[in-house]
Parts: sequence; C-alpha cells; structure tokens
Amino acid sequence: MAKKFKIGINNAWCKGCSLCIGVCPKSVLELSDRMKSTPARENDCIGCRQCENICPDFAITIREGEENAR
Amino acid sequence: MPGTEVLSWIRTRFMPHIWCPGCGHGIIMHALIRALVALGKDKKQTVVASGIGCSSRMAGYIDACTLHSTHGRSLAFATGIKMHRPELTVVDVMGDGDCSAIGGNHFIHACRRNIDITAIIMNNNIYGMTGGQASPTTPAGAWASTAPYGVIDPSFDLCRLAEGAGASYVARTTIANPKQAETYIMNGIRKKGFSVIEVITHCHTQFGRKNDRRLPFDNYKYFKEASVPLTKAKTMTPEELAGKLVCGEFVDREVPEYTGQYAKVIENARKRG
Repeated sequence: MAKKFKIGINNAWCKGCSLCIGVCPKSVLELSDRMKSTPARENDCIGCRQCENICPDFAITIREGEENAR
Repeated sequence: MPGTEVLSWIRTRFMPHIWCPGCGHGIIMHALIRALVALGKDKKQTVVASGIGCSSRMAGYIDACTLHSTHGRSLAFATGIKMHRPELTVVDVMGDGDCSAIGGNHFIHACRRNIDITAIIMNNNIYGMTGGQASPTTPAGAWASTAPYGVIDPSFDLCRLAEGAGASYVARTTIANPKQAETYIMNGIRKKGFSVIEVITHCHTQFGRKNDRRLPFDNYKYFKEASVPLTKAKTMTPEELAGKLVCGEFVDREVPEYTGQYAKVIENARKRG
C-alpha cells in the first residue's frame, strides 16, 4: 500500500506566496480563501518534500502517517 | 525540513519574518539551517555574520551566535572572529551589493587570504531594500530604478571573481534547487578554507515587477529553465550560454588556510623569543 503523509501548515507563518502550490508534482496544495496554503488532496501526497524545502516561511512540515509504521 | 531540529535554530519570537511573501532569502535560510543541522553543529560554536540589506536580516532569525555588522564589512568582522577563535564555525551571509559593491575589497581579500569562512552570497540582482537600484550583478538590459532605460554596464560574475581571487571552494546554485544549495553549503562549511556559495535568488518586488517576473513562481520557473549544469555548460558555445545560469562546483582545491598559517607564525616567533 502506498505510504500516507501528513501535511502540517503553520497558518500564522504562511504568507500565501504559492511557491509550494507551484512546485507540487501532484497538485496537493491549494490557496484557501484566506490566502493560506491548504492541503486540499492530502491523500495524493507522495512525500517528496519539495514544498517543505521551497517554503521561505518555514510553514510546511511533512510527516509520514502513523499507519505506515505497521 | 522544519522538524524540531530546524525549528530549534530559529528565533521563533521574530517569526513570521520580514521578507516579502515568496522571497528567496527564506529558502536560503532554510537550506543553511538544514546544512548546519546535518553537520551536527553546536549553536554556541557557530557564528553567523551579516552586513546590511534584506539578506542580512537572516542573522537576526538564526538562533546561533549572530552578528549584524556594517554595510559590506561583515567579512572583516567575521575575519576578526575567526582569527580570535579559530575553532568556531563562521558563516557569512551577504547580499550581492553587500558583497560585490560596498564590500568588494573585503571580499577579494578574504578570498586571497583563504581564511576558513563560508560566505553565502544571495544574489538577487538588485538592491531590494532601498528601492531597486542597479547593483553590480544586475544583468545588462534589465530595468532598475536607477536605470529606467535598462542597465548598460556588464554584470559581475561572482564565481569567477572568487576563483580568480583565490578562494578554495566556489559553487553556484539557484533557489529553484534548495537541496543542491544545502549540499553546497555543507561542502563549503566542511572545507578548510574560504568557501563561496553564490545562491541566485529573486526579488520579485523590486526586480521581477519590472522585468516580467512578477510572481515568486515565475522566478522559480525562470531559474529552472535558465540554469545549466557545469558539465553540460562545458560542451556549449558562448553564444548558447548567453543569459544562462551555470550551476555547479567551480573550484574545490587545497590551499593553505590562513588561521593555520598564522598559528605557525606564532609558534615560530615563540621559538625564536
């Protein structure tokens, strides 16, 4: 089974620059109506961590889902 | 990745930072912190020095021993720290104007001495903080507020300047490749000698707005398209390379390091005395 990932976004630090939305190869992220990045399709995340590395505001954290531990 | 280790290197009380949304300086700060974490550095043994400019705000956000010094003179301050305490890891973060214009002399002489400092140059092609004046690295033909009809002077190639001045490690990358930036910064910190890592970033607020790269992602796409690896660049003609950003490790050589040489001078002088 494909691994699952949890996308954590710190809304207090996110400035809505959309870099993460642009780099995501699976179009997981979207801009919310409050101009913050939100994981709209978290199940599609492949855990490449490109969004995490490109985020200038340290707002995104990708963690492996706990169900992968089994 | 901003796991607990990376976050522990940030002064979170100052976050969110002052840089514009999407500014590449944050990406470079992230890469620098990841590199410091990966190398297992101690906060009390790491010095981050900076001068003046947007880029130099970085020293305020990193929770290490930091120093925010005068414009262009950060390398002089960093040299003093390194001479006094050679066991410290000294990283100098500079902008392109800070490094090549105001601090140009300090930069070439730090390269020449080959003192063990890692200089990270954030090249955004413009003086972003003061209103978009043309810097020595603004590409010819680009708009700047002091060049409303386009810049006519040829721009600096900082990597070739550092190579010619005698640095022992010179590399260039762009913010479109944060992992490569992290690797080069790690290599630079590991290197015993002066290391220069030029990270090409963007200022969409001052530069991109007038040069058809208005959004942060437009700049990302531009860097992806324009960057050429060094091995491929060697097979290309100068005409093909015009306007391209050659990325890679240009220099990695073993040259005697300054603090080591200075320790020998002290030893010799004591023997004679």
